Amino acid sequence: MKRTFVDLHLRPNLKDSAAIVRLIDKTAALDYRLVSVPTDPETSSGEIQKLRCICKNAGLDFVSRVDLRPRSQNELLTLLRKCRRKFEIICVLCENKEVARQAAKDRRVDLLNFPQTDYRNRFFDAAEAELASSGLAALEFDVKPLLLLEGPARVRLLSCLRREVQVARAFHVPIVVSSGVSEVVLLRKPREMAVLFSLVDLAGVYGLDAVSCNPLAIVKRNREKLCSKFVAPGIRVVKKGMNCEES
Amino acid sequence: MKRVKRRYLALQIDSAYVPSQKEFLDCIWAAVTKLYGEFGASLTSLALIDYDAEGRQAVLRANLATVDQVRVAVASITSIAGGEAAVHVLVASGTIKALNARLKELNSA
Repeated sequence: MKRTFVDLHLRPNLKDSAAIVRLIDKTAALDYRLVSVPTDPETSSGEIQKLRCICKNAGLDFVSRVDLRPRSQNELLTLLRKCRRKFEIICVLCENKEVARQAAKDRRVDLLNFPQTDYRNRFFDAAEAELASSGLAALEFDVKPLLLLEGPARVRLLSCLRREVQVARAFHVPIVVSSGVSEVVLLRKPREMAVLFSLVDLAGVYGLDAVSCNPLAIVKRNREKLCSKFVAPGIRVVKKGMNCEES
Repeated sequence: MKRVKRRYLALQIDSAYVPSQKEFLDCIWAAVTKLYGEFGASLTSLALIDYDAEGRQAVLRANLATVDQVRVAVASITSIAGGEAAVHVLVASGTIKALNARLKELNSA
């Protein structure tokens, strides 16, 4: 069966419509079927609709995503309350340990993202992974720093990512690999993204799952929850009508 | 002696500038050496089989055992001869004949 490839982290300049169209057209040409562009919590539904329309014209399915950058646990909870019903994907950029721990255990968080090059602030350790495995959060990695860094900086990034991949796999935390790019020239085919992550021991089927099955599962789960027919996990309204006794 | 198995990779160069054959090959070798070092690069038995500057396509040959390393190196290329570029793998195959057939199929689709 052919895989559906997903890129949940395209980062075009939202003020430049031509750049957005270029990036999304290229993504479609590279065999992706589902894409997401992160927005702020304050982004209007009109802007999201515009992105959805661009993606539809390119033959792609658009997923609304918000990137939260809270400074404290309370701020995160407030933002989650505000955004959960509005967006299909919620990603938390964890810049301190307090936020990282809360994000990992909160079932409303879909993706955990850590600072790309600030290795001291990457808090994905065994404790974080244990919390994430009991919640629903997946760990997101971007390809962009792997492509742009060189020499000792890339060596350090690789060793850091390798350690995080080991921890995530030990605790069965799903891994999502996204591009995280804003320029067309840095976009890679899904299989190329997967093969790049073989450098950090995410080889073969695990790498392919990280660009297809894992992100797709998150999108499906959230779309089902946001659907008006959803009651609880496994329970949905099939038909509305009179009560059994009345009919 | 055991026969060495090989794989052929058809590549598409995605850049505004058209690199010469030498620039392209230098860039591939630089990417492989940067990631895997000179020893790693020597294990790949990398060779450029065909280069079409107009169509911006190339065919590389590599050892089957190291073909994934070559794929990683190719994916890590961000510039060729100073200009921004990306190199995508179009098709991989065990024989040039099958590679050409699949390329033809891909181009006609």
